[in-house]
Amino acid sequence: MEKRVVFRSAWLPYLLVAPQIAITVVFFFWPAVQAVWYSFLLQDAFGLKTQFVGLQNFVALFNDPHYLQSFKITALFSVLVAGSGIVISLLLAAMADRVIRGALAYKTLLIWPYAVAPAIAGVLWAFMFAPSIGIVTYALKKMGVDWNWVVNGDQAMLLVVIAAVWNQISYNFLFFLAGLQSIPKSLIEAAAIDGAGPVRRFGSIVLPLLSPTTFFLLVINIVYAFFATFGVIDATTQGGPAGATQILVYKVFYDGVKAGDLGGSSAQSVVLMFIVITLTVIQFRFIERRVQY
Amino acid sequence: MVENRPWLNFFAHAVLILGAVVIAFPLYVAFVASTLPYEQIVAVPMPLMPGDRLLENYGQVLLHGSTKGSGAAVSRMLFNSMVMALVIPFGKITISIISAFAIVYFRFPLRNFFFWMIFVTLMLPVEVRIIPTFQVIADLGMLNTYAGLTLPLIASATATFLFRQFFMTVPDELAEAARIDGAGPMRFFWDVVLPLSKTTMAALFVIQFIYGWNQYLWPLLITSEESMYTSVIGIARMIVGGDAATEWHLVMSTALLAMLPPALVVLLMQKWFVKGLVETEK
Repeated sequence: MEKRVVFRSAWLPYLLVAPQIAITVVFFFWPAVQAVWYSFLLQDAFGLKTQFVGLQNFVALFNDPHYLQSFKITALFSVLVAGSGIVISLLLAAMADRVIRGALAYKTLLIWPYAVAPAIAGVLWAFMFAPSIGIVTYALKKMGVDWNWVVNGDQAMLLVVIAAVWNQISYNFLFFLAGLQSIPKSLIEAAAIDGAGPVRRFGSIVLPLLSPTTFFLLVINIVYAFFATFGVIDATTQGGPAGATQILVYKVFYDGVKAGDLGGSSAQSVVLMFIVITLTVIQFRFIERRVQY
Repeated sequence: MVENRPWLNFFAHAVLILGAVVIAFPLYVAFVASTLPYEQIVAVPMPLMPGDRLLENYGQVLLHGSTKGSGAAVSRMLFNSMVMALVIPFGKITISIISAFAIVYFRFPLRNFFFWMIFVTLMLPVEVRIIPTFQVIADLGMLNTYAGLTLPLIASATATFLFRQFFMTVPDELAEAARIDGAGPMRFFWDVVLPLSKTTMAALFVIQFIYGWNQYLWPLLITSEESMYTSVIGIARMIVGGDAATEWHLVMSTALLAMLPPALVVLLMQKWFVKGLVETEK
């Protein structure tokens, strides 16, 4: 798309784009180029000598069982977060689309968690599930469940998944609700006249028509689970116990900032960049398709 | 509604009420904890009725902070969060609207190049370039400064796209009329484009306010002085490890204070919030 009517000036447009381009170059491109450059370097233990080692950091990375483990954990984490988040919010949105009385009140009650910072979401849930004093821990103990996420890796994973999903439900809910409301009522009515019940209508008409929204949310939720959940993890498990919740982003942070492994952390950054680029391309491909249809 | 099915309506309300209660439960527990003395929280199980320490706990964190972990006053952290939450949307909207204006309303060499440069930043979230970005900020001497906290976050492809998309829908006749009346590009920008963009700006502001307020990784990296902590960082720093060692009553008071501004923005500006959310992702 292009504008038919444009203005002419030899310098004004450059002046107008200058601030954005300056910030983009200084804080996006320069660090990204450096990340790629560092990923080819190896620093000795004292940070005195740095030498060029080519792809050695990457080779080391993919031979590192901890890194491969972190990949698996990230995959599991994002599947759990995206899957349960989408199912729960679709259920809530389908119900909210149906009710008339109190619709605005329900909507308000369901969207506020979006305002909560991921780190705070983590803290709230960690408090309720705290091994010795948590209120939910107490209830679980009464039911005979021994809960201690500080030592149990699966429970730690469950905790961060719950906190992450809780934080993201509002977002999914709003998109599903918008999607549901854009389905023409005539289709639903026609099916009802043909004798299809609510469950049948949902399965045969609503779900297929919602598939673009669902796919979009799937990509967004995976991106969310990959990157935006850093706060949840740092404020609760810090990747533990024994790396059970150490997702890729957390490992980049941990290796780079806490362990001081510049080359290894940068190599991981480069891998992550590839993942983001892939996800972004998928997302845009999909959006183009949606526009045509 | 297509047909009347009372049991289905009942079911829908039941699911929604259950959902709302489960979602609100952590908030309620946090609120109760923030009104209790420390001893009552660590006595298992903690009561589920609010106590009488509301003013003491909130006064304590606002003026003095916690006694273990970070001892910085939360009022200062809230101020820092507010700086981020206001400067980031303001800066983002300003630089994005002018760059989108240039890209849509001018033809100039390198125009597409600039557009792609901005576009590519979508693929470089701060999480994937932690160390080098930190180094750039350190080299520029911007550690522990408001400039360091906000500047790297104000460049955004989404805001530029949103304005670009909106400008494409502005009728060409407006620009034509402005030109015939002898208005230059900046006059057209101030008198036509800016007033028309008000709703887009409001929607973007709400989303970016929450984005700025809730930043975590970035302030965590570049602030080492307690006086520069944001409220979200402050909460994480108050947790000293070990259930009973953490002053949960103060942590929860701080958490509620830190949740309040963005929650108010979402609830009071719900219309703009929904618009902003749905449109920035288009």
